[in-house]
Amino acid sequence: MPESRHLLEVDDLRVEFQTDKGAVKAVDGISYTLERGEVLAILGESGSGKTVHARAILGILDIPPASIKGSVRLEGVDLIGLRESDIHQVRGERISMLFQDPHTALDPVFSVGSQIEELLRARRSLSRREARREAIDLLTRVGIASPKERLKSFPHQLSGGIAQRVMVAMSIALNPEVLLADEPTSSLDVTVQAQVLELLESLMRDFNVGLVLITHNLDIAAGFADRIAVMYAGKIVETGPAREIHERPIHPYTGALLKSVPKLDLKQDRLQAIDGSPPNLINPPSGCPFHPRCPFAIERCRVEVPELREWLPGREAACHRALEVEP
Amino acid sequence: MASQMGPSPVVAELDPQVDKQERDATLWGDVWKKLRRDKRFLIAATLILIFLLMGAVPQLFTHADPRQCDILKFAQRPSRHLWFGRDILGCDYYARVIYGARTSLIVGLVTSASTITIALIFGSIAGYFGGVPDAIIMRIADVWFSIPTILGAILLLTLIHGSGPLIVAFVLILFGWPDITRLVRASVVSGKERGYVRASRALGASNRYILAKHVLPNGIAPLFIYGAYGVGAAIGGEAGLTFLGVGLRLPTISWGLQIAVAQDRFFEFPHLLFFPSLFLSVLIGAFILLGETLRDALDPRVFGSA
Repeated sequence: MPESRHLLEVDDLRVEFQTDKGAVKAVDGISYTLERGEVLAILGESGSGKTVHARAILGILDIPPASIKGSVRLEGVDLIGLRESDIHQVRGERISMLFQDPHTALDPVFSVGSQIEELLRARRSLSRREARREAIDLLTRVGIASPKERLKSFPHQLSGGIAQRVMVAMSIALNPEVLLADEPTSSLDVTVQAQVLELLESLMRDFNVGLVLITHNLDIAAGFADRIAVMYAGKIVETGPAREIHERPIHPYTGALLKSVPKLDLKQDRLQAIDGSPPNLINPPSGCPFHPRCPFAIERCRVEVPELREWLPGREAACHRALEVEP
Repeated sequence: MASQMGPSPVVAELDPQVDKQERDATLWGDVWKKLRRDKRFLIAATLILIFLLMGAVPQLFTHADPRQCDILKFAQRPSRHLWFGRDILGCDYYARVIYGARTSLIVGLVTSASTITIALIFGSIAGYFGGVPDAIIMRIADVWFSIPTILGAILLLTLIHGSGPLIVAFVLILFGWPDITRLVRASVVSGKERGYVRASRALGASNRYILAKHVLPNGIAPLFIYGAYGVGAAIGGEAGLTFLGVGLRLPTISWGLQIAVAQDRFFEFPHLLFFPSLFLSVLIGAFILLGETLRDALDPRVFGSA
């Protein structure tokens, strides 16, 4: 049944960390699919499990203390429980990851060129000359001017934007099918953020790669993603087409996120913060995990866990009062 | 199910050996550029070269035979004719001191190189893999470390019959490895948590690749410094053990031995203590200086070279 096969299919993924105080359910049964050439934004606050879920997909969490359950199918093949030697070949070549801070993701003691060339020579068996040519080509593709000179630079000599472009070059060097970008612009200047995001988007479209964009910024998600999945307390609480969610969120949490982003074109007196703090994942609240912070919470929210279900065509949310209230 | 994944078109074993040269070329090329501009390095390297030459071909520095002695001229003071005078057996002291360099260098270099090799192997296994290997290696190191070096060395050297530079080096290695192993382990433990290690793993690097290409190169700077210091420390250690009477014995020619003999008669014949001590201090100092210049050169953030 190859027709029904998605590029990436995450099914009931659960990640738990055993701590002295009890089990932390960092990712609590999330499911989504990703197609080629599609950009899916995973949106959530710090501690919502979005980064942990990406690391779980690649198997780069330390096990133990993490225990991973569920399945992550890449073109039908489950990656969870794959032998370490097999998953080595998946990483970088089929699923690749981009990290938040490019300056810590680059090795400070080697030049940019030697790091890219190393990767190419080790994984694609290129000769030194071929690797050099390919590295120049990659840097050109990510929009770095005078790539030959840049190859000689050390990471500390690069600006954040250039360093992140180098990381983009490394993450696409092995032609992956899926790219997990974990807050790829959070450590960058606002002016550079858009450039890097546009670069990512154009590369993804050109090479027909599926991109999972992990971010806490709803505007970024709405501007660059096709679909958005909003995560809260390790669960997906709302999914749907990016534009529709941005225009009319169903879940109160999405609505709250939307109100907490400053708008340049709108005169606002005060920015609305979300009251309270993200829930304790060792003892999550009863019922809907968002109810202690939700302005619309009713008695039912305290007792019953809402299921993720379709409320409008293509729009899912986990809320008892979906469509009832205007978040 | 795995077969459904299809063959990956471009899978190569991540072999750290494959392009060692390439990495060395960039890393060491840069280091060398910085070292050449560092005056302290030039001084240290020149001194060490002179001592190495002295150790290898002492005949270049003196035509006298250090073992041809005239007991009647014992402890002659330095003169224009004999710059260093004669020792208590009436041997040419300058020749004795020159010939002593070889022993010190053998002990220093052998001890430091072996200690670092041992530390590199055990320290990286313990630090990178953690768990059981870590526990076994580090507990042995702890137990070993708890034996006072001087006491242990004296005991061991008294038990071992025979003496010589290599035996002294062996004892110094035996009591020196836990220290540096711990240093390597610590730098590997902190190194493997870095962002670039995670990024490299996300791109599919194997443990061996990460250890060889990220963790060790980043942790190697302190090791080189320690290595250079270690040469000095081992030379001092040999001199110390010999001074205490358990290290080298006659007829070996060594600075430690000369100092040990001279200490009894310091007020009568100060020159006997002065010359070997001077050579010893300069040699140890040169290695420490080398260690410091290496530390600066190995840090790419110190005056970066584009």
